Amino acid sequence: MRNVILFALMALAFIAAGEFQSWSFSLTILNLCLISAVMALGVNIQWGYAGIFNVGIMGFAALGGAAAVLVNAAPVPEAWAAGGVGIGASLIALLAVIGLIALIRKKLRGNLRRYATIAAVIGGYFAIREVYDPAVAAIESINPAKTGFLGGLGLPITISWAVGGLFAAGGAWVVGKVALGLRSDYLAIATLGISEIIIAVLKNEDWLTRGVKNVSTLKPDVPTAIELQQSGWFLDIASWLEADPMLASGIAVKLSYAVLFTIVLGLIMWLSERALKSPWGRMMRAIRDNRDAAEAMGKDVTKRHLQTFVIGSAVVGIAGAMLTTMDAQFTPGSYNPLRFTFLIWVMVIVGGSGNNWGAVLGGFLIWFVWIEAEIFGPMLMEFVTSGLDPASTLKASLMGSAAHLRLFLMGVILLLVLRFSPRGLIPER
Amino acid sequence: MVDLLNAIVLMGNYVIVPGLAYGSQLALGALGVTLIYSILRFSNFAHGDTMAFGAMLTILATWWFQSMGISAGPLPTALLALPIGIIGTVLFALATDRMVYRYYRKVKAANIVMMMASVGVMFVMNGVVRVVIGPGEQRFADGERFIIKAREFKEMTGLSEGLAIRTTQAITLVVTIIVVALLFWFLQRSRTGKAMRAYADNEDLALLSGINPDKVVMVAWIITATLATIAGTLYGLDKSFKPFTYFQLLLPIFAAAIVGGIGSPLGAVAGGFIIAFSEMGFTYAYKRFIGYIGPDGWVPDGLLQLISTDYKFAVSFMILVLVLLVRPTGIFKGKVL
Repeated sequence: MRNVILFALMALAFIAAGEFQSWSFSLTILNLCLISAVMALGVNIQWGYAGIFNVGIMGFAALGGAAAVLVNAAPVPEAWAAGGVGIGASLIALLAVIGLIALIRKKLRGNLRRYATIAAVIGGYFAIREVYDPAVAAIESINPAKTGFLGGLGLPITISWAVGGLFAAGGAWVVGKVALGLRSDYLAIATLGISEIIIAVLKNEDWLTRGVKNVSTLKPDVPTAIELQQSGWFLDIASWLEADPMLASGIAVKLSYAVLFTIVLGLIMWLSERALKSPWGRMMRAIRDNRDAAEAMGKDVTKRHLQTFVIGSAVVGIAGAMLTTMDAQFTPGSYNPLRFTFLIWVMVIVGGSGNNWGAVLGGFLIWFVWIEAEIFGPMLMEFVTSGLDPASTLKASLMGSAAHLRLFLMGVILLLVLRFSPRGLIPER
Repeated sequence: MVDLLNAIVLMGNYVIVPGLAYGSQLALGALGVTLIYSILRFSNFAHGDTMAFGAMLTILATWWFQSMGISAGPLPTALLALPIGIIGTVLFALATDRMVYRYYRKVKAANIVMMMASVGVMFVMNGVVRVVIGPGEQRFADGERFIIKAREFKEMTGLSEGLAIRTTQAITLVVTIIVVALLFWFLQRSRTGKAMRAYADNEDLALLSGINPDKVVMVAWIITATLATIAGTLYGLDKSFKPFTYFQLLLPIFAAAIVGGIGSPLGAVAGGFIIAFSEMGFTYAYKRFIGYIGPDGWVPDGLLQLISTDYKFAVSFMILVLVLLVRPTGIFKGKVL
């Protein structure tokens, strides 16, 4: 009952935002809330089910975004002709080096094994660079102002949601292999590192995703507002509703995204609830609550942790692809750990760790507050500084940075919830 | 012979001098992280923002001094302002301990809860810093810019490579040596320092022998806040102050603490320099260096840069992974994290 009331209040907040601000604005928040809820679900799978502290959410979300580019962007045949072979060869060389190292690790023993591994890593690195560098230079020199990258596959962008999940899962598998099975602090720092590296790669490997030059030519699968304004059937409906076609088309686009996102959220929600209630879910909670006892019962804790880490990251990757789809552009420079990692953590903790409904509510609530706080922060600051001379530089600088008050607010919310209601708004049953 | 000297000077100018300064800054940061870990037993995610907070207070005090016409002559005014920044940051740190962490110590919360709380503190500090001073870049270094300029060095020695030493780099190194010496003296010789080491080593035994845990924790916060302010100010003087870069320092600082062996102050200092020199060494373009020491007329085509500067985070990360695989306790046998 309490949960129903909480969600009803949340719905009321959206209606209020629609009535008093604007419906278009309210729907924009709603769409991002849906995406945030999916991300929070992914984190909840890791944290709530298995107690894994992942501080690299940003990286996995960005991998999802990169998937959107690689799936949807139009292919650039000239670039493929110039450097496709080189990139393919470096990929093969990379696999060959990895295979060689695996062979060395398997066949040799003792000091010889150590030195041979080091030699293979160093030699392999330079060998790959020998093929890779010219190929990259060739690709990036092709029409750098417009393309300068290999482009994508030109497929519908919705496919990238699944691909993004796979990308993130792959990344998580590599990190998990290295860092899981250790204490939580280590994993936290390792994931923090890997997310920064992923962002650095996406920013700098221009041949792959155009780097900081951004990809803004992504084509959404839902019709754009301009397409709607030019189609007769839409104008008919708009006039029948006595609505302004400009306004109505924007809202229609946002609504169609909302429907798509809700389907994804519902699907993931259903699957996670099923998983949580299954023997697998009970095993995960047993491992989380008493690792040693679960291990004594013959459960392979490290393997289970790896599994949840991969699944949770995949969900985050799906959300990342959805976000890039809605923006219709990929901007690696906009990934910021406060907004893409730590804010998601606030959502999970506030909503209720271990409870999927809690994570979803947290995703909605915190994103709503985050956006509204950006608007109300300056208003509050205006009130606080009303005693100051309007021309003073102090007032001007305080007003200028007032939007950052929301960071402060998020910190206070997190600390208060942790302290007074550590189980969150909707506690685990 | 001249070529060899030129090569050495080249390395000195681009790797050794900046590496020493950066390493000192990381070492001071890692000391704070390691201290909090050994006394309060959690990884403090707010440490980067504590550094930013301390640097911000120092910058505000510097501006205030500058507006009154007070300066330290050839030295940056920020050195005079440093005590004000330290006092403010210490008070802030003690206040957060009082309002946030003390409760979790009392209920003996899991260390992951403390870590989560430190994320909350990080948000709060982030917000405060950005509201007060803004998210943009601030420069506050004044006084003499160089101890020795590249051109002067060339004229002095007749070499074709110059060695420039900035005042801020020298100050960073000198201040770090003084601070680290004081800290080690305090931990090894003073009564409170010994109590802290005992507490870090075995909490129960320390409590049994009448050590006051509240005092130990308080002193740990005072030292950490002081170190963070000094590190933050030195970093800001040497490069520039921007709140977000301080957050990003978190990774190399943690890597430094772990490489050295978390909980070991000596390890934190060594780790800081290891991380700094690896970063510098991996991202430096060796083209001219090889040109000098290689055979005559043999100049390589490429830049001979191992990895691009944009991937400096990858260096910290690789070292982190390597330590984990080869020696999880770190070089100086810290705790296994």
